[in-house]
Amino acid sequence: MTEPLIEPQHIQCENLDQMDQVWTRPETLIDRKLHYCPGCGHSVAHRLIMETIDELNIQETTIGVAPVGCSVFAYHYMDIDMQEAAHGRATAVATGIKRVLPDRIVFTYQGDGDLAAIGTAETIHTINRGENIVIIFVNNGIYGMTGGQMAPTTLPGFVTSTSPNGRDTHTMGYPLKMAEMISVLPGAYYVTRQAVHSAKSVRKAKKATLKAFQYQMDGKGGTSFVEIVSNCPSGWKMTPVESNQYLDDEIFDFYTLGDIKLPPKE
Amino acid sequence: MAKIKGHVTIRTENCKGCDLCVHECPQDSLQLSTALNTSGYPYAVLVNDTCTGCTNCALVCPEAVITVFREGKKKPIAILSHVTENITVDITS
Repeated sequence: MTEPLIEPQHIQCENLDQMDQVWTRPETLIDRKLHYCPGCGHSVAHRLIMETIDELNIQETTIGVAPVGCSVFAYHYMDIDMQEAAHGRATAVATGIKRVLPDRIVFTYQGDGDLAAIGTAETIHTINRGENIVIIFVNNGIYGMTGGQMAPTTLPGFVTSTSPNGRDTHTMGYPLKMAEMISVLPGAYYVTRQAVHSAKSVRKAKKATLKAFQYQMDGKGGTSFVEIVSNCPSGWKMTPVESNQYLDDEIFDFYTLGDIKLPPKE
Repeated sequence: MAKIKGHVTIRTENCKGCDLCVHECPQDSLQLSTALNTSGYPYAVLVNDTCTGCTNCALVCPEAVITVFREGKKKPIAILSHVTENITVDITS
């Protein structure tokens, strides 16, 4: 038996012109349909960065470095100067840009396959040198673009196409906690782990991104590292709502949210 | 308690029907459509007039298709008209 189809109608508002517009899409986020799967956290992360750039009014002076992975087309959506880097080398490219143009705001946008797998060496050494850049690290614990293979950040026991019986830590090792790892480096200035799965966490993540960019503009310390734990509904074979629930239930026990390293107080 | 009145507009053509805004809405004002947009996705629709303009739906929306409006809290305390010379107005009191 099928339910009768009653098409819900959008409620119209007569006095919309008298109301204040309290939220709309940031101007620097190009008005284009995003290529991400429905419910993907990448899109929210893109938006947070663009909101930050809008708020700090640094559109003209910001240079972003796009990675390889799901977010390889990040430059399609960000109305700023962008540079595509080879797989995993975004931080190395950003180092070059920042050193040649020290007055620009430079950030990299990387996924976990890019930053935590092939680009581990570049990432660690960039932060160890204390380059004054912002690294936005979107961690969804899987290789999304290539079809859901196991990434270094995949949780133990998690079933992916290359770990069909779940990640076995005896043969496949343990997941990398990148944020904790790099927080011990003296070059790291601000290290935090945020999420974008609920309105509350998005607000917090926004504050963290804003702080990271502000620290770079102040130019006091080293590298700011913002890890955003995201979902991957397609890779995890879940609906967007289920994947967000899974983040709450399982993943945040392992990847604890919050600031990991704060700048020294003056 | 008088509620703040809000409203959302949704660009349905760019919506991908991920259902996140529907679950995030504290007022249960949103619902997914049964019809599909040109991309083949159902889209979010405002079905109840209980929206308070809290922006939760817009914050979780990956596609940033939701624009939120809210009724202004402050009403004008005085409206000046036909002012021909410079005046100073004290609005602190």
